[in-house]
Amino acid sequence: MSNRAEIAVGMSSCGIASGARVVFDVLSRETARRKLPYAVVATGCIGACHREPLVEVRGADGTRRLFGDVDEAAAVRILDSLGGAPSGLEENLIPPDAPFFARQRRIVLANCGSIDPESIDEYVAHAGYTSLRKAVTSMSPEQVIEEIKASGLRGRGGAGFPTGMKWGLSRAVKGAKKYVVCNGDEGDPGAFMDRSVLEGDPHAVIEGMAIGAYAIGADEGYFYVRAEYPLAIKRLVKALAQAEERGFLGDRIFGSAFCLRLHIKEGAGAFVCGEETALMASIEGRRGMPRLRPPFPSEKGLWNLSTTINNVETFANVASILRMGGAEFAKLGTAKSKGTKVFALAGKIRRGGMVEVPMGMPLREVIYDIGGGIRGEGKFKAVQMGGPSGGCVPESLIDVPVDYDSLTATGAIMGSGGMVVMDDSTCMVDVARYFLAFTQNESCGKCTFCRVGTKRMLEILERITQGKGREGDVEALEDLAQKIRVSSLCALGQTAPNPVLTTLRYFREEYEAHILRGECPARRCKALIRFRVDAARCTGCTLCSKACPTKAISGERKKAHVVDQGKCVRCGLCFEKCRFHAIEIRTGKDAC
Amino acid sequence: MTEDFSALLDRWRGVKGSVIPLLQQTQELFGYLPVEPMAEIARATGRSPAEIYGVATFYAQFRFTPQGKHLVKVCHGTACHVLGADNLDTVLEMELGIRPGETSRDGLFSLEKVACLGCCSLAPVVMIDGEVYGKLTGDKLAGILREVRGKP
Repeated sequence: MSNRAEIAVGMSSCGIASGARVVFDVLSRETARRKLPYAVVATGCIGACHREPLVEVRGADGTRRLFGDVDEAAAVRILDSLGGAPSGLEENLIPPDAPFFARQRRIVLANCGSIDPESIDEYVAHAGYTSLRKAVTSMSPEQVIEEIKASGLRGRGGAGFPTGMKWGLSRAVKGAKKYVVCNGDEGDPGAFMDRSVLEGDPHAVIEGMAIGAYAIGADEGYFYVRAEYPLAIKRLVKALAQAEERGFLGDRIFGSAFCLRLHIKEGAGAFVCGEETALMASIEGRRGMPRLRPPFPSEKGLWNLSTTINNVETFANVASILRMGGAEFAKLGTAKSKGTKVFALAGKIRRGGMVEVPMGMPLREVIYDIGGGIRGEGKFKAVQMGGPSGGCVPESLIDVPVDYDSLTATGAIMGSGGMVVMDDSTCMVDVARYFLAFTQNESCGKCTFCRVGTKRMLEILERITQGKGREGDVEALEDLAQKIRVSSLCALGQTAPNPVLTTLRYFREEYEAHILRGECPARRCKALIRFRVDAARCTGCTLCSKACPTKAISGERKKAHVVDQGKCVRCGLCFEKCRFHAIEIRTGKDAC
Repeated sequence: MTEDFSALLDRWRGVKGSVIPLLQQTQELFGYLPVEPMAEIARATGRSPAEIYGVATFYAQFRFTPQGKHLVKVCHGTACHVLGADNLDTVLEMELGIRPGETSRDGLFSLEKVACLGCCSLAPVVMIDGEVYGKLTGDKLAGILREVRGKP
């Protein structure tokens, strides 16, 4: 809360993995010992994951100072300079107008990294549960639905179905019992938005879900969250108990006739369970296999009763929409994509993290202005969006606005928000193989084309990356892709070929280099590369031979070393270690 | 059958959709899903053992053999892949002498390959006994493994 001085430490999974717990302990201990008038508090994801651990000093007068890369020593220096100018912290201080933050517009993430996610009091102090109160005490369910329709909110899980319309359809279904479900099965590799929101502001998701339940007429609901997110689950369990205790959930909410009970179901590790019919099968305790739609879940869902399923981020928008009004929300974004979108920026990017931008912002701004462009010496090649269902947007299209329709036109998709940036050391054939291996492994096996077709595609891609590609392989891939797309029941199969199709569309020459010349232009595919020591540059420092796990590098100290190709497993550790650029990676004819 | 397990069965008796949480908590109790409890779960939920095995084998989370003392999960999410997760695989194989899905002979380590741990900005990452280690290089990982090996 803003009227007391506090020191907040970002304690999301990423923060903790970077050492935030140690920093938190040092700050708590020292603050107590020095009797400083500050409360040391935990908060959720502040967003600038590339600078974790993050610490924010919030003065009683409202001043805020954010520090990054905080270790124990820096934590002590922060305490030393409280009240005065920070000293010895030039490297750590992140100014409020830093480009990473300045271009963002935070609605979903408004509280993330600001409040203590484990305290319902703080959520309430930030207007929490006022939208739910307003909905159940002064609006009819139809009015709530109209407001959401006016906002233009579309599903943030990836498909972009209008949320107000979905709720309207569910409302219209006759039935004594209805369910509401929050899909937190964030399975796309490279995506962590839902985790951060659940960890950083669980009450916002609960409030949105409760408003949804009121609108459609549900009295029971489930959170379906991946088991890989233990911290998100822990905070959600706590938040639900707090909300029940306060009467924001349970019987006669805010004195109205509206009752709601919410449960948590932990996923058990199946990507396909992100698909709504598979997700419901999983909640019911069956194998998570999709079924044909219609009937849609709004008619026949959990245990054959009407069920409405929305994604974490979708629900996290709802309370804000009721607070600001649908029309106001709709002013943000483009004609058909309203509001903001949260993205998880990762890969070969300088400033990775959680960012929220208005819809319609050019991709270039997200990657260069916010993300700071490519990390290291490489050159931007593509950004992968939408995970295994999405595709790679090449450099030539980087000015595309981020909205549902423009992204779909590139062959990629908005997806749930994962953005993995790739540079010229990323092999696009290998990326396609990677995603196909993923979907092949995650195919539930129900549809033949998805089960067998993806396997055949994967075999071809493996062959190509091993330098055994044949003429006609590319055409076979295209043919299979088309057939899998039209012959699969659910989106997993229908979109599985997308990573292959977009890389073929924009990076066909890389496929050809592998097949026709046995070359991997990115020097990535192990079968097509050889590591060599450049004798002119090698100083004989022996770092590489010590790092080599197979003892493939030999040579006398202070003399040029050599790589035994028979022993080399091409793990690249020597390349990583060498300080003199003396390790070369060769491919194609040069490799012989 | 342990007392804890009987209590578990009692807690979930008659609850809708109890099979997966039951399997999860049974695995937590035993470290894996042994044969006898599986039969008990079938009896308690009124479903055939084949059906219960069908559910358990569908999901990646469930194991049917005991797990090593330390569980190493190597992340193969997109960001980790792009930033060299396969190089970590080499180090893990060399250091532990096992491949993903295996448990070392001394029972100390089990190695699992996972799709994404959601810590993409710290890629490449490995999770050991629930703790995430990020921004790894081959060297750093080898050091961490040696440290874990030495733990009581």
